[in-house]
Amino acid sequence: MDILSLLVVIPVITVLVLFFINDNQMVRIISALGIGIETILTLFIAKGFMAERAAGNSSEFLFTRDTVWFESLNIHYFVGIDGIALAMLLLTAIVLLAGIFISWNIEDLTKEFYVSLIILGTGVFGFFISLDLFTMFLFYEVAVIPMYLLIGIWGTGPKEYAAMKLTLMLMGASAVLLVSILGIYYYSGMTFNMQEIAQMEMPIHAQRFFFPLAFVGFGVLGALFPFHTWSPDGHASAPTAVSMLHAGVLMKLGTYGAFRVAMYLMPQAANEYSTFFMGLAAIGVIYGAFGAIRQTDLKYINAYSSVSHLGLIFFGMMALNKTAYTGAVLQMISHGLMTAVFFALIGMLYGRTHTRDVRKMGGLLKILPFIAVVYVIIGMASLGLPGLSGFVAEMNIFVGAFQNPDFIHRVFSVLAVSAIVVTAVYILRVVGMMLMGPVKNEAFYKLPKAVWYERVGALLVLLPVIAIGLAPMWLTTLIQESLGHIVEHLAAYGH
Amino acid sequence: MNNYLLMRDEFVLLGIILLLLVAEIMLIGKNRKAVVGIATGLFIVHTLVGFLPLAEGTMFGGSFRTNHLLHNMKSIMNVGVVILLLQTWTWAREEWSHKGRVTEFYFLIFSTLLGMYYMISSGDFLMFFLGLELASLPVAGLVAYDLMKMRSAEAGVKFILMAGVSSAVSLFGISMIYGISGSLYFSEIAQNFHLSGLGALGLLFFMSGLAFKISLVPFHFWTPDVYEGAPVPVTSYLSVISKAAAVFALAIVLFLIGREFVSVWKPAIYWMAVLTMTVGNLFALRQKNMKRFLAFSSVAQAGFILLGILSYDQMGMTSVVYFSAIYIFSNLATFGVVQVISLKTGREQMDDYNGLYRTNPKLALVMLLGLFSLAGIPPVAGFFGKFFLFMAAAAHGYYWLVIIGVINVTISLYYYLLVVRAMFLRKSDTPIESFQAEIPVKIGLALAVVGILFLGLYSPFYDFILNLTTNI
Repeated sequence: MDILSLLVVIPVITVLVLFFINDNQMVRIISALGIGIETILTLFIAKGFMAERAAGNSSEFLFTRDTVWFESLNIHYFVGIDGIALAMLLLTAIVLLAGIFISWNIEDLTKEFYVSLIILGTGVFGFFISLDLFTMFLFYEVAVIPMYLLIGIWGTGPKEYAAMKLTLMLMGASAVLLVSILGIYYYSGMTFNMQEIAQMEMPIHAQRFFFPLAFVGFGVLGALFPFHTWSPDGHASAPTAVSMLHAGVLMKLGTYGAFRVAMYLMPQAANEYSTFFMGLAAIGVIYGAFGAIRQTDLKYINAYSSVSHLGLIFFGMMALNKTAYTGAVLQMISHGLMTAVFFALIGMLYGRTHTRDVRKMGGLLKILPFIAVVYVIIGMASLGLPGLSGFVAEMNIFVGAFQNPDFIHRVFSVLAVSAIVVTAVYILRVVGMMLMGPVKNEAFYKLPKAVWYERVGALLVLLPVIAIGLAPMWLTTLIQESLGHIVEHLAAYGH
Repeated sequence: MNNYLLMRDEFVLLGIILLLLVAEIMLIGKNRKAVVGIATGLFIVHTLVGFLPLAEGTMFGGSFRTNHLLHNMKSIMNVGVVILLLQTWTWAREEWSHKGRVTEFYFLIFSTLLGMYYMISSGDFLMFFLGLELASLPVAGLVAYDLMKMRSAEAGVKFILMAGVSSAVSLFGISMIYGISGSLYFSEIAQNFHLSGLGALGLLFFMSGLAFKISLVPFHFWTPDVYEGAPVPVTSYLSVISKAAAVFALAIVLFLIGREFVSVWKPAIYWMAVLTMTVGNLFALRQKNMKRFLAFSSVAQAGFILLGILSYDQMGMTSVVYFSAIYIFSNLATFGVVQVISLKTGREQMDDYNGLYRTNPKLALVMLLGLFSLAGIPPVAGFFGKFFLFMAAAAHGYYWLVIIGVINVTISLYYYLLVVRAMFLRKSDTPIESFQAEIPVKIGLALAVVGILFLGLYSPFYDFILNLTTNI
């Protein structure tokens, strides 16, 4: 067995073991253990990857393994990673582990919760290591479907509605995606192998038909405007760990897929459609930011802010140059970490105050110093303060976007940049209302401080945010090395 | 004489049927419960014997033909029937044996299965029609098995009338084809059957007869009422085995004689596929009764199978057989659970399933897997079945049909999730209390689950079917 497949095998084994355990505490410990091993393995892979690169191995994907699965249909189990996939794997491992800790206090159907959560994680890991479209699609659906149970059973508010809406929109998107995958398969000589497809040139009329299907198919999961409507409801109703994983990791499946499948495999169409989708992305950036201002529910604020930030990712991708791509990938990581911390903190606050309405909170900094301080730090990262990860990502995206000198790109870029100001408004407003000022509710004085598993969970995700902000070079190098291939490929069909 | 061994499956099954009749006489006044064990045991033996390889060839001057594909189609159906029989173990023993009416159940089920064998293996229209009738008539008896219940008797009458009409239409079509080509033998028809108005009409009439059996839209109106009225095991049998057999028969006959008439039947199948998927789904959305719900869901599922027939090549045939095999396991898992619950508590509404996971977690999980497989969610088998059907259709450029198909998959996901919602998300003041099913029933459910879990991931199964269809 190769080392990448272990990333799928370990969670599966964890799930199988969990089936035989009925003690809630044991379930938590085994889940943490399983995903802990997974995280260590991911770090180990990262170390191996960098060692290989340092030794001069410049092939596009490392640790590849190609096993024939359905021979007559040319379906393979083909895995391998490049720097971008590796970065996503690290993100997934961290957020998943943090999610396991944050959910420590779930008492209702504990085992089922962890099983669903880990199955979701399995799908995500599998997705990022796949280089075969069939396997990738399979893992994509494996990652999405547990959301229904996770939100439906352990969620809050109108959870049945939110769970159904989210599942149907995402599975509907995957259905569109399936059509596109079949199209790619038949128009590139009956193969699902992404490396081979990239070498082949699909006929342009096929690209024109299938590119929007693939891009939108993934775009729905990435909350591309106007297909984002599942996201606020879904996030608001989901339990903490699920919001973290979903906004932090699962939505990145969408952006990653749109980049790796839609754009990479159909570069000509990507160039042709770039202005249109860039416009959609810019609208999403603005719309999400203004939406966040208008909300009073913490989770909705974050959900809309996610729409805005993910819009920036699509925006960066559609700027079609290396700087912007780097920014887009960095933003995937950065937003994944930030939003995970946000949702973790919101979960902690909600668990204590039993409200997510910012108007009812106030002065929490005095009572819950740990949670409040982390919230401020992460808020600063979110509005792009230098020294934190958000700045690095957004800087790259905007610098890249401004490299396109024509009028329409300029307009979109100016629009998107202006959203930063709006972001500052809603972040600072929440910080001011919720954390500063007098304590509005006497009962808040009795709120318990953060317990150990909450601290572990939050810090696990917060530290990388600071690390990336202070020392982004290792990550940008990692990403840019891999982007080289893609940029050349896309540029070959440029304007 | 050696030649007669080609009919081994049919002979063994016939032997079992006769043996059951004898057993019925021998057991007068004694405990009829034994019949259940005898029938199930004998059928398991029959299934195991059926796995032994069989030569290819024809009998009776080409009236009866068999090859590896046909033989294995029968084996797939056999496995389905074994699971079904195990699941009906309790039903037959507790409900019927003391009323002295248990042998008929097996007698009728095996007779209709025998009819399906002949239908699949037919080499001419005469044998085909005999098989079709033998497959249909006993079903009426099965549907009306619960004579004392109004609905069951009503369903029986409904079925026999519909089956009669559809057989007549089919026969009319066959007579036209005979008039054009001067032969009943498929092989001769294939040579002498050229595109003409009458021939096209004949083929369409013949197809609509089979469409009744598969309950393709617009020939599906009997399905929900009959499914709801019939006892659950019979519903299960109708929607799984009977449907699969009719699909196999349709695919085979079209492959044998339809080549000249592609321009006639392909549009017909295309639009029937669109209608069947869409109408079946839209009606399933609003159903509250689990049997009606599964009835409409199985109508929709049949629509997907047509995508494979439409592609009309080896890959299409493979995906049809592959999907049907998976569909048998998936639907038997869901019907198995419905049946167990209906028998223990008499409750069949979707709302009755509220909170099922908290009282009967294992049953709820079996149901979940079955529904996910029907909805085509990985990594369970249904995903692979649907994906390969879509691949087969896309291979011939039917992208719009694939798009309609995937939209329907999403719609179907909604109503499958409704059941999941009831079982997992909802709570109930009067949940179905926790109970244990008998061992054979459990084995029946477990076999279905094993099929769902492994048939898809285990790729040699696909290759196996692919090898069977090489000389179609």
